[in-house]
Amino acid sequence: MSKPLSSGRDGPPSTGRRRFLTTGTAAMAAVAAGFAGAPPGLAEFLIRKQFRELSPKELDDMLRDLEREYSKRYDRAVSVTATPPIENVLFGYGLDLSRCVGCRRCVYACVHENNQSRAPQIHWIRVLQMHKERGIELTESDPYYDPPTVPEEDSFYVPVACQQCRKPPCTRVCPVKATWQEKDGIVVIDYDRCIGCRCCMSACPYGARHFNWSGPTITAKEINADMHVLGNRPRPKGVVEKCTFCIQRVRKGRYPACVEICPVGARKFGNLLDESDEMRYLMREKRVFVLKEELGTAPKFYYFYAT
Amino acid sequence: MIRKTFQFVVGCTRLATGGGWAYHTWMTLLTLLVVSGAAAYWQQLRDGLIVTNMRDQVSWAFYIGNFTFLVGVAAAAILLVIPAYVYNWKPIREIAIFGELLAISAIVMCLLFVTVDIGRPDRVWALLPIIGSLNIPSSLLGWDVLVLNGYLVLNAVVVAHFLYSGFHRQPYRTGFVVPLLLFSIPAAVSIHTVTAFVYAGMAARPFWNASILAPRFLASAFCSGPAILLILFQILSRTTKIKIKDEAIWKIAELMAYAMFINLFLFGAEIFKEYYSSTHHLIHTQYLYSGVDGHRALVPYAWASILCSVVAFLLFLVPATRRNMLTLNLGCLLIYTGVYIEKGMALVIPGMTPDTLGELYEYVPTMIELRVGAGIFAVGFIVFTVLCKIAIPILQETHDAPAGTTEERTAVPAT
Repeated sequence: MSKPLSSGRDGPPSTGRRRFLTTGTAAMAAVAAGFAGAPPGLAEFLIRKQFRELSPKELDDMLRDLEREYSKRYDRAVSVTATPPIENVLFGYGLDLSRCVGCRRCVYACVHENNQSRAPQIHWIRVLQMHKERGIELTESDPYYDPPTVPEEDSFYVPVACQQCRKPPCTRVCPVKATWQEKDGIVVIDYDRCIGCRCCMSACPYGARHFNWSGPTITAKEINADMHVLGNRPRPKGVVEKCTFCIQRVRKGRYPACVEICPVGARKFGNLLDESDEMRYLMREKRVFVLKEELGTAPKFYYFYAT
Repeated sequence: MIRKTFQFVVGCTRLATGGGWAYHTWMTLLTLLVVSGAAAYWQQLRDGLIVTNMRDQVSWAFYIGNFTFLVGVAAAAILLVIPAYVYNWKPIREIAIFGELLAISAIVMCLLFVTVDIGRPDRVWALLPIIGSLNIPSSLLGWDVLVLNGYLVLNAVVVAHFLYSGFHRQPYRTGFVVPLLLFSIPAAVSIHTVTAFVYAGMAARPFWNASILAPRFLASAFCSGPAILLILFQILSRTTKIKIKDEAIWKIAELMAYAMFINLFLFGAEIFKEYYSSTHHLIHTQYLYSGVDGHRALVPYAWASILCSVVAFLLFLVPATRRNMLTLNLGCLLIYTGVYIEKGMALVIPGMTPDTLGELYEYVPTMIELRVGAGIFAVGFIVFTVLCKIAIPILQETHDAPAGTTEERTAVPAT
């Protein structure tokens, strides 16, 4: 069950610099802005606190507001939670390159689970086709491969999504603190705060961040009504989005959608802090590596060859 | 005091709105460009940035390229302030204010280019310190917002004080203005350094992730800004009573030659390192100068930029061509073109082509991007024209006064 209160307040270590804007000063500022003839967005914006500063009551109000809005928009019951991180959990991901057949089922399971825009299409997972003879070579890779059947004999496949870095370069560069790493290691974005400057996209070495170049389209029939406020709730035009390890699932003890769908069992997921977890087993028994290790981003997304 | 301010505002408005047919035609033309840009921007607001050709692969492009170039132009002022106030070189001292006017216009354009680039302009408030949630000290873009606005305010204050004093025929307060002018030197260095650091700090983009980037920004900026001013000075000399001494122009041209030499040297150092070590990172430089897999959109511009910069350097280096007004102006145009390409598109696009996963998406701006860009340049020209229109008569009056008085007026600090 979800416990929507006091969630998400476990931010990065910048807690000491939190700015507490009382409702009073915000209202005054808003009134002043109104007199100055500022655009209408300003008043609303000033009253809205940083996500991590919301009190349990304010957070709950926000979630109910979002539920009402989405239920109306998609004409069905929508639940928006803010399930907090679980104590002593650091999520990690494993991907067995010797099993992946490049079928892209993960890509579309992700699109459905996380309410990505259908037109234009946004994919949080990119599967790169590589040549067996060349090994891992990004500049030679092809994300648009389209043969009648996969896998092709001379190819192997490297799916790439957010690597959930321990030292994420993307959160550091955000000029408005709209993205951060949660206690369980998931890098999230506050879609209400993102100004769409795309600094994080320049900073990400894995092409994991995607921008809503136009208003995302998704029909009521396609919507996944089980939403997390920092995850798969519908995004507005002009903000950045990315993989959250299916935050709406994994914080309730479920697997990410891509892990569940994978027909060959190439995808593993678990708690890096738990010695008995499958992730720790494969790190112990197999040999894992990360992409672009020289950049020092320390991903929690590990690749390995099991066979 | 209130009465004097009111007089000043009325006087400035009168100066800005009056003028002959040439002035009004010029302003009408610029206004048309602004209208066209505003219409294009409205379309972008309605449909999203999808109306540009930017995509996830190349997520910064024409807008941010222009922004970067204009940060360089804004530095023009200090190439005049340093000889004028640090070395007390009088011929430049009289015209240093035009550098400040150019800086104001350039920063206005910079801020507009950033604004049109962001996906949620309705949330720019988040960038305000204290009221918003500015991510200082971690985010370089956050710092950039601070230093650019600070530099704008600094120049606006200095210019306002100069003009206000001139308008009321009072000496300007040396004790107030000179420290601010001196402070504008490190301030101009800081806007460049911080803007360069926005790029250089990104390990994901090897084309930008070079410690040489900030020094190159400074060197090229010291060429591009003054290039505009040199042309302006000649126009002023011909059309107004302000007489700008040739030796001042030659001195600035000489300084530009040195700056261009440093720029070319640093460029050569980068080219050597990239091609000799020939690592995976070379592909971005190759995309710029020779194209990759038949994608050659930037190649002609990249070579044009090198050609312009080298020829301009030679023209400014040789005293005979630097003192010939024809070759001098040609040099100015070449420098402007060379640096516009180098610090604009040729900096931003190759940094993202191919993207971090090796995909090569070839970017060329859309008509909407070009129209928005032209509109912003028109705003900048309007600001610059109006400021010059106000400043010229005020400066002319100072000139008309007998030599002795001028000396006294500028030399005696107000009490």
